[in-house]
Amino acid sequence: MLILTCPHCGIQAEETELHNGGEAHLKRVGPDGSDEEFEGYMFARRNPRGVHLERWRHAYGCGKWFIAARCTVTLQVFGTYAAQTTTPPDHIVQAVRAARPDWNPTEEGASE
Amino acid sequence: MPDTARSGRYSVFAIAREALRQHKGWNRAWASPEPRDRYKVIVVGAGGHGLATAYYLGKNFGITDVAVLDKGWLGGGNTGRNTTIIRSNYLQDPSAAIYDKALKLYEGLSQDLNYNVMFSPRGLIMLAQTEHEVRGYKRTVYANNLQGVSTEWIDAQRLKELVPIINIDGPRYPVLGGLYQERGGTARHDAVAWGYARACSDMGMHIIQNCEVTGVETEGGQVRAVNTSKGRIGCEKLAMVVAGHSSQLAEMAGFRLPIESVALQALVSEPIKPCMDVVVMANTVHGYLSQSDKGEMVIGGGTDHFNNFTQRGSWHHVEETVRALVETFPMIGRLKMLRQWGGIVDMTGDRSPILSTTPVGGVFVNCGWGTGGFKAIPGSGWAMAELVAKGRPGPLAADFGLDRFREGRFIDESVAAGVAH
Repeated sequence: MLILTCPHCGIQAEETELHNGGEAHLKRVGPDGSDEEFEGYMFARRNPRGVHLERWRHAYGCGKWFIAARCTVTLQVFGTYAAQTTTPPDHIVQAVRAARPDWNPTEEGASE
Repeated sequence: MPDTARSGRYSVFAIAREALRQHKGWNRAWASPEPRDRYKVIVVGAGGHGLATAYYLGKNFGITDVAVLDKGWLGGGNTGRNTTIIRSNYLQDPSAAIYDKALKLYEGLSQDLNYNVMFSPRGLIMLAQTEHEVRGYKRTVYANNLQGVSTEWIDAQRLKELVPIINIDGPRYPVLGGLYQERGGTARHDAVAWGYARACSDMGMHIIQNCEVTGVETEGGQVRAVNTSKGRIGCEKLAMVVAGHSSQLAEMAGFRLPIESVALQALVSEPIKPCMDVVVMANTVHGYLSQSDKGEMVIGGGTDHFNNFTQRGSWHHVEETVRALVETFPMIGRLKMLRQWGGIVDMTGDRSPILSTTPVGGVFVNCGWGTGGFKAIPGSGWAMAELVAKGRPGPLAADFGLDRFREGRFIDESVAAGVAH
């Protein structure tokens, strides 16, 4: 069972307490965006086999959103951080790179 | 044994002949050749959908210069991991068309392939356990009858007669009736893959196992070759039929798909004497139950709610599924479970599949069957073969293109089914 630490209330929550909100750091296109850009924002997903930055809500806890860095193959959790960021913070990048030296965070959120 | 050996036709006479010579004359069902330098069509994924695609390319369009590649063994992905349920009682017209095509092909598949896929049209019931479901399923019955798919609404008493082991007075979710498709049922899942593989091999196609695709080579927006663990293989056309790993393959070709991969799991009990000769799906409480020919109760459950490539599943989903089924079928409460396993399914937002051209010329994708791909295998292969052969979708595949997401033309089966289906 997947266990994540909520960065807001500090509680270790297991997956039945949490709600998954899909890929994190998606950039919403503005009013001038094309149909293709909006389609990309709405539907196209990285769906990586490996490190995934994803939104979670502590649904049966404090109710707040956060982001988890997690491997979809091993279910290893590299860390969690508050959702009010547009890129993963340094300590998360370092934690992921300690295990996956080739991982490149600039590819994250680049779903144009 | 030479790679080109044909399997030989299976018949009662073949059995009699082999019985007289101690069964020494059986050939391998399919050859295991080394890949050539290039093929006209490469199908990636030797599961049911990929093999069916290759089979109908040969049968319907005469294209036999085909290789089917798989990174593992044939039928070792979701084709060997599902709960073998076959039905076509979908709500939307495009879904009913392709799933009913699949069901009709299943009805004659053993004869067509000369391979017993053990299709068993034992009937299938979807339980209505809330007022919402009663209304939803009645609507589906009306829709199905307009689509030419025969289904009927049955009340709780009739349901009890069909499924004597069911408890219709469940304390929390009493059974109020059901959506009954008499033509639905099950088939032997491995045999479907094996039967198609044998027929493809007999047509001279190459099925190459343990051959992982590591890259897609394009030139001027047109596919040229795939790089694999067995070297570079050229192709004119490339069909991606890899279910849960579609996003990875699409990334190699340089585009993204509206797909998220999650784990779906199932479990199976110890074998018991025959007690249930229909398939029962309980969507409100999340559990599917049927009895295999060996006597095992085959149980399907829900999906994980996060992206997952582990092919394992998780215990709390097992608990959720079993809890629901024990309430609905009290007599299975004492059963021991033999095995539990997971498969990686490819979910689209509208829970409908994708059969489509792609941004790369000559590359076609067949994915997004999510939690319900097995029942669709023949229809999916039929429609995909037409798409690959002609370069544009035929009537069955036309509505399932990738452009439906941009244009907002969803084929919304997620609302219709209420849950994973």
